[in-house]
Amino acid sequence: MRPMAQMAMVMNLDKCIGCHTCSVTCKQAWTNRSGMEYVWFNNVETRPGLGYPRTYEDQDTWQGGWVRKGNGRLTLRSGGRWKKLATIFSNPKLPGIEDYYEPWTYDYETLLNSPATQTFPVATPKSLITGKDINIRWSANWDDDLGGSLEHATRDPMLKGIEDKVKFEFEQTFMFYLPRICEHCLNPSCAASCPSGAIYKRSEDGIVLVDQDKCRGWRMCVSGCPYKKIYFNHRTGKAEKCTFCYPRIEVGIPTVCSETCVGRLRYLGLVLYDADRVLEAASVENDHDLYEAQRSILLDPDDPEVRREAERAGIPADWIEAARRSPVHKLINTYKVALPLHPEYRTMPMVWYIPPLSPVVDVIKDTGHDAEDRHNLFAAIDTLRIPVEYLANLFTAGDTAPVDSVLRKLAAMRSYMRDINLGRDPDDSIPESVGMDGESLYEMFRLLALAKYDERYVIPTAHVEQAHALEELATECALDYDGGPGMMGESGPFGEGSGELTPVAVENFQMLKQRQTADSMSGARSAESGGEDSGRGRLRGRLNLLNWDGKGSPTGLFPKRSPEEDE
Amino acid sequence: MDTFLWVVFPYICLAVFVVGHYWRWTYDKFGWTTRSSQLYENRLLRWGSPLFHFGMLGVIGGHVIGLIIPKSWTEAVGVSQELYHFLAVSLGGVAGLATVVGLAILVYRRRTVGPVFMATTRMDKTMYALLAAVILLGLWNTVASSIFGHYDYREGVSPWFRSIFTLQPDASLIADAPIGFRLHALLAFALFALWPFTRLVHVFSAPIGYLTRPYIVYRSRDEAREGSRAPQRGWEKAGRP
Repeated sequence: MRPMAQMAMVMNLDKCIGCHTCSVTCKQAWTNRSGMEYVWFNNVETRPGLGYPRTYEDQDTWQGGWVRKGNGRLTLRSGGRWKKLATIFSNPKLPGIEDYYEPWTYDYETLLNSPATQTFPVATPKSLITGKDINIRWSANWDDDLGGSLEHATRDPMLKGIEDKVKFEFEQTFMFYLPRICEHCLNPSCAASCPSGAIYKRSEDGIVLVDQDKCRGWRMCVSGCPYKKIYFNHRTGKAEKCTFCYPRIEVGIPTVCSETCVGRLRYLGLVLYDADRVLEAASVENDHDLYEAQRSILLDPDDPEVRREAERAGIPADWIEAARRSPVHKLINTYKVALPLHPEYRTMPMVWYIPPLSPVVDVIKDTGHDAEDRHNLFAAIDTLRIPVEYLANLFTAGDTAPVDSVLRKLAAMRSYMRDINLGRDPDDSIPESVGMDGESLYEMFRLLALAKYDERYVIPTAHVEQAHALEELATECALDYDGGPGMMGESGPFGEGSGELTPVAVENFQMLKQRQTADSMSGARSAESGGEDSGRGRLRGRLNLLNWDGKGSPTGLFPKRSPEEDE
Repeated sequence: MDTFLWVVFPYICLAVFVVGHYWRWTYDKFGWTTRSSQLYENRLLRWGSPLFHFGMLGVIGGHVIGLIIPKSWTEAVGVSQELYHFLAVSLGGVAGLATVVGLAILVYRRRTVGPVFMATTRMDKTMYALLAAVILLGLWNTVASSIFGHYDYREGVSPWFRSIFTLQPDASLIADAPIGFRLHALLAFALFALWPFTRLVHVFSAPIGYLTRPYIVYRSRDEAREGSRAPQRGWEKAGRP
């Protein structure tokens, strides 16, 4: 046994209202730069739908992830090392900008400079790639809320095999939202595809990062990732990806997407896993066994032997303690309601999802039946095969049994809690019918419905005793070079983004220290004074959400109120 | 004049080449990239880029054999002058042709595809012009030397080239080579001088190590604690993360 710690996330899809706040704040924090206009480290897809980039799940086309060979060993689906090097001059599976979407802005100048005319002037859309006029045909979210679903959603790769059963008529359809970030896999195929070895998994917390100094722009990671969550910065010529907001995680605050999630549907915490068994679990023969295999390599932090081994492996005691309190571990392994996204890619993804019961509930409600009655819900789960099969295609490689079991637990929780809320005696046959007891069902309810900030986000801080070490993590600071945040529109002597690096973390560190030592909450006032010395000049009027803890409003988020402050 | 062109100038260029790369590596690791434009356009690149690059690999291999290996060595292993010439012209011609066709496609693409042209820097344009000139001259030499009058560069250019590296430069060896060869050599050295300041630096990042390194790279955040300089090797053996 070789325990390693992994920072993981669980998203409770029942609570996602598809507001895209996570996407927007993530973009604001990380990809609000030239070269990254088309990039969303976090995006929210409507399912059924094509996703972003379009049909990324169709691995027959994109060839991402791993595949099990006849001899039981794993190989990259797009080919081994020699094939990678042979196709390095032109990656045959690289999505083009048109597969994401061509980013654009509007020509606002015409609005401002237009003389008085009979008709309103129009701000025409301009492509951010060519600078020319653009006819907008697609975006990261074109099929949001099943928009144009007859044309688009029917091409969803996950509908393969059930396409004739899925209805897109308004009354009979179902949908839910799927927020996606990088999966920070245990067996990342992006890292395996990188010819330069620039993508690495941090051994402390398992966060997968791109070393910007080592990346040479070979583009193999983009096609290697089956989730298409590595993006090519077309100005700097380097790969960039979701960083799990590591500068925040290191100091114990949640990622921007989690922090700003309106539905509070994200959970962050550690899991311990057995690094010796990752490959074995990723190589099980039957796709349907992958979910169980992936669950089984996660170690139980309450087991004294695991803790002994973890300590021996150098995992600090407070991290082991955090792993015991981890909501993620509870949802995955104690209650077994969280499922991995596409385990069949064999990358061992570490962002887990609680599948949504709401498509089922909605159907019952529409028929006029009691949608909180256990029998109605169970019967509906059994008869409404379409949502279940569809969810199984997403989360369990098509095996409906685990999805069924999760939905039943959620249904049982619903009806069990109704009795309690109405002051009736709780019916213990309900938890028994899904193999749980009343107390754990109640605990699960608490975690899913009531859990407060520090229960949802259990994040042990990184062990860096000296502040200056935080300041100079230059090899890991992917984004603060020229061309990084705060450097928009500037060009070094050898093309976009070349030149000496500006160590980053100076800015983050100063702001954090300021926030942590301030007497008041980091509201508008304190942030303003802090902004003057650390943020303002460096950010050039833009906004840094990396250090925002959700309290107050950071400076620059809203225009100033009082007129005399206006310049 | 001959001394300047065939002794001083090459040394200046080589010095710029070496020092320039060292400087670029320390100053601008972030800018050290292929700066691929495949994201913008793939239809032309799919043909042009492999043609050019594989052709180029052949061309470089040919130059290594032609310039570095003395004539006496190949003759010692029984490669006659005729056989050598036939191989050089045929294989070199094929590689050269692939390179030129690839280059033509890529230059056409760079000029006509809007986003690609917009992403082209002044340095790129200079480099493209120089590189194209060197390649075209090289191909011309191969063709011309076999059609009109014969010039055995292995008696003139190659010893001169080697003499530079043995620090006993002898300008007289190349001084009476045909003009095509002399221009090719001069421009090639000019290209060497420009090299460290262009995207050509990606040649030295050819990811050979990929063949032997473990698939998954683990790295500790502690490694960065020493300072801002990256550790020499970006990965550890999979056995000890």
